[in-house]
Amino acid sequence: MVALTVNGQSHQIEADPDTPLLYVLRDELHLHGAKYGCGLGQCGSCTVMVDGQAVFSCVTPVLLLEGREITTVEGLGTIESPGPMQQAFIEEQAAQCGYCIPGMMMRAQALLQRNPGASDEEIVAHMEPNLCRCGTHMRILAAIKRAGGLMQMAAGGSTTDTAKRAG
Amino acid sequence: MKHVSVPDVSRRSVLFGTGSLVLAFSLRPAFAQTTVQGSEAQNFQQVEQAAPDLPGSLKTNPQLDSWIRIDADGSATVFTGKSELGQGIKTAVLQIAAEELKVPFASLKLIGPDTSLSPNEGYTAGSHSVQDSGTAIRHAAAQVREILIAQAAGRFNVAADSLKAEGGAVIAPDGRRATYGELVSAELIQVQAQPTSKLTPTEAFTVMGKPQKRIDIPGKVTGAPAYVQDMRPDGMVHGRVVRPPSPGARLRGVDASSVEGMPGVLKVVQDGSFLGVLAEKEWVAIKAMRTLSPLAQWDESPTLPGMDDLPRKLMALPQEDGIVTDDRKVVSATATHEATFTKPYQMHGSIGPSCALAVLNDGVTTVWTHTQGVYPDQKAISQMLRMPIEQVRVIHAEGSGCYGHNAADDAAADAALLAQALPGRPVRLQWMREQEHAWEPYSPGMVTKVRASTDANGNVVDWTYEVWSNSHNSRPGPAGNLLPARHIANGFQPEPAKLQITPEGNGDRNSNPLYAFPSRHVVWHFLKEAPLRVSALRGLGAYMNVFTIENTMDDLAAAAKADPVEYRLRHLQDERARDVVTKAAEMFGWKAGQTAPQNHGYGFAFARYKNLAAYCAVAMEVKVEPETGRVRILRVSSAADAGEIVNPDGIANQVQGGIVQSASWTLYEGVTFNDTRITSVDWSTYPIMRFDALPPKIDVEVIPRPGTPFLGAGECSQGPGGSALANAITNAIGRRIFDLPLSREKIRQAAGQV
Repeated sequence: MVALTVNGQSHQIEADPDTPLLYVLRDELHLHGAKYGCGLGQCGSCTVMVDGQAVFSCVTPVLLLEGREITTVEGLGTIESPGPMQQAFIEEQAAQCGYCIPGMMMRAQALLQRNPGASDEEIVAHMEPNLCRCGTHMRILAAIKRAGGLMQMAAGGSTTDTAKRAG
Repeated sequence: MKHVSVPDVSRRSVLFGTGSLVLAFSLRPAFAQTTVQGSEAQNFQQVEQAAPDLPGSLKTNPQLDSWIRIDADGSATVFTGKSELGQGIKTAVLQIAAEELKVPFASLKLIGPDTSLSPNEGYTAGSHSVQDSGTAIRHAAAQVREILIAQAAGRFNVAADSLKAEGGAVIAPDGRRATYGELVSAELIQVQAQPTSKLTPTEAFTVMGKPQKRIDIPGKVTGAPAYVQDMRPDGMVHGRVVRPPSPGARLRGVDASSVEGMPGVLKVVQDGSFLGVLAEKEWVAIKAMRTLSPLAQWDESPTLPGMDDLPRKLMALPQEDGIVTDDRKVVSATATHEATFTKPYQMHGSIGPSCALAVLNDGVTTVWTHTQGVYPDQKAISQMLRMPIEQVRVIHAEGSGCYGHNAADDAAADAALLAQALPGRPVRLQWMREQEHAWEPYSPGMVTKVRASTDANGNVVDWTYEVWSNSHNSRPGPAGNLLPARHIANGFQPEPAKLQITPEGNGDRNSNPLYAFPSRHVVWHFLKEAPLRVSALRGLGAYMNVFTIENTMDDLAAAAKADPVEYRLRHLQDERARDVVTKAAEMFGWKAGQTAPQNHGYGFAFARYKNLAAYCAVAMEVKVEPETGRVRILRVSSAADAGEIVNPDGIANQVQGGIVQSASWTLYEGVTFNDTRITSVDWSTYPIMRFDALPPKIDVEVIPRPGTPFLGAGECSQGPGGSALANAITNAIGRRIFDLPLSREKIRQAAGQV
């Protein structure tokens, strides 16, 4: 039994302690956002946040995660009420096949939570580990920039429609 | 998608929901006939043409209700045989149907490829989705709308041309109104399409031609089950396959008893050299696979050519010449330019390894797969399982982008095989990263040779071109084109590829330049033996042929002391080609005589994909670090002409993606191997594009061509994209590199030699 906190909810999971988090998220908790891409920490499609840091869930055994706060793309909002990062990716149409996108969003979330005003250069450097094969990179960068703006507006208590949606 | 029910497999028994007045799905007569006849020789790669005079895929599926269904409640459903691969086809065909049916976009339902439900449109390939399926749906929707209007005219006793269709209803001038649901009846649209339709003119569009947000993106960014990888039916188990260590290896023996005894392992499956495991949980399946792998004993043999001197080895393979064009004339030339270019094997490199789900219930195997062709897979899998074709149903479910014939079909076959071992339990099978890298069918290694003769003004008077390449198509249909079908006992061998010269082209795609050269001779040296497994990667031969043509055009322009854009325009008579070239140059701010800052370079390239699909021109600025050979793309402007526009943002997304993907092929990519094994088996041994080499944006303008046919745009930018990049690098370092990829090492050396 492993105790995990995912998107603010506590779970008791029946899994071998060496099981990578990715398989627990997908197979036990039915959170499909994080994707298997390489199992080697080389592509980033499995990226989630642990205590605010971007982590490759495919190479992180659950035994290391007890008592830590895990956030997946499902924790950023819902299809009915998308969070700022999700809203920004929809508005920028930042996907082709979309398989890498949840990992991209979670890595970007880790940066913007610390610094929603991150510069273009900071965003590019931060996103370097994640791979996209469709060539959606420019739209992903634009979406991250937009998400930062939405987060800043939300934090500033702006009352515009966009900010309300973002909140 | 917690519960996945397996619907009745019989086409004729399928009823659509409740309240439908269109009771039965009528099968296309011609296709029904070929199926009934059970012709094993039937080549599914070329779907029977039932009605050659009809537009798009109506040729093969002429019944209107193969494409559009109206229920008694007025709701409309659209059927397509083309797979969503991330190119946005779902959204595009719904835009088309909404426009012509005159129903709200959001009200439409869509049924995708399914051998029990959808029209057979062969493969989703070659940028044909909008051209074929979109055209069929547009005409079918327009004809259904007119049938409903005629029905209303009878009911209202007024002339049909006084009525208009709007919001899913027909409205009379006096305000009388009948909804489609009220007008439709069982047989009304069970009719064959007519050759011409009353299409909505471009200027009246309200849905087509406007940027439409993709219907699949909200789910994909919020973690909704969106892919076959995410399917999780009750009772599902996980499968993994232990692949041989090398393409020529055969399984000598395996003692699997220790694996069979692992907790959670359900079964080890062995059939010839096909070896797999089934487990209740995915991580257990992976651990079982890893435990089983070293227990297997293989006989390996050196079947690969090795990397040394690869282009020469390719050119020495047994070959047959196909004349792409022979229009030689006596010309007077003052100079001749010769060059040879080479391209390594390259891979699709999907970010998500291939995956499928299969279940055997009551003798019927149902497979969910991200294949590009459900009908060809149905044939291949049934042949592999030695089952009647009716006992296999194949349903498309989205996967990671494939960019051509990757391992999707092989994974579908793996899952189908494993499902036979555990009847009643849905088997989810996903490949591991190293399996995807080592076993997907690659884009063939190629060699091209050009000899261009020029007159005193430097203009081309003769163009002589040769391309050495395997066929870029080994798709299923025949079972031997499925990887596991080769590995099972009494397995199947791949069918030998045959040389065919077609308008669309294959290894010779785009080998005949669109430029107006007075004399030309183009030959495809079709390589009959394939030392590595190869098939279709986005664009087939077009990427390499355009690369050769466009690199050479720049060298010829330099020899003629001409500006590369002006030099291209001198040789271009096709007005639409001239327009994209002029537009891209204008967007970029291209000027004759321009000089890039130190270590910067400007590059330009153009192609019309297949010489018959979308036009695309690309202008690019790069920065090269001579010390490291590192390239950064700073600025890109692109103009495209895809005929009538369905979703301008969708086209822009495809053009941008194609430029980035071909930039990755051009700068980084080549499959590596020794004489026995593939050695590029992960992202460190096969690196691809990352964020820091790319600009913040790629500008795309799509030139509107109202009233003209759709031109496939999904692969139009790969040729010009890679070529513009190479030309920009050449402009920056003063030397051309003829062997792909343009690696840091080669660029550093070339820059150092200046």
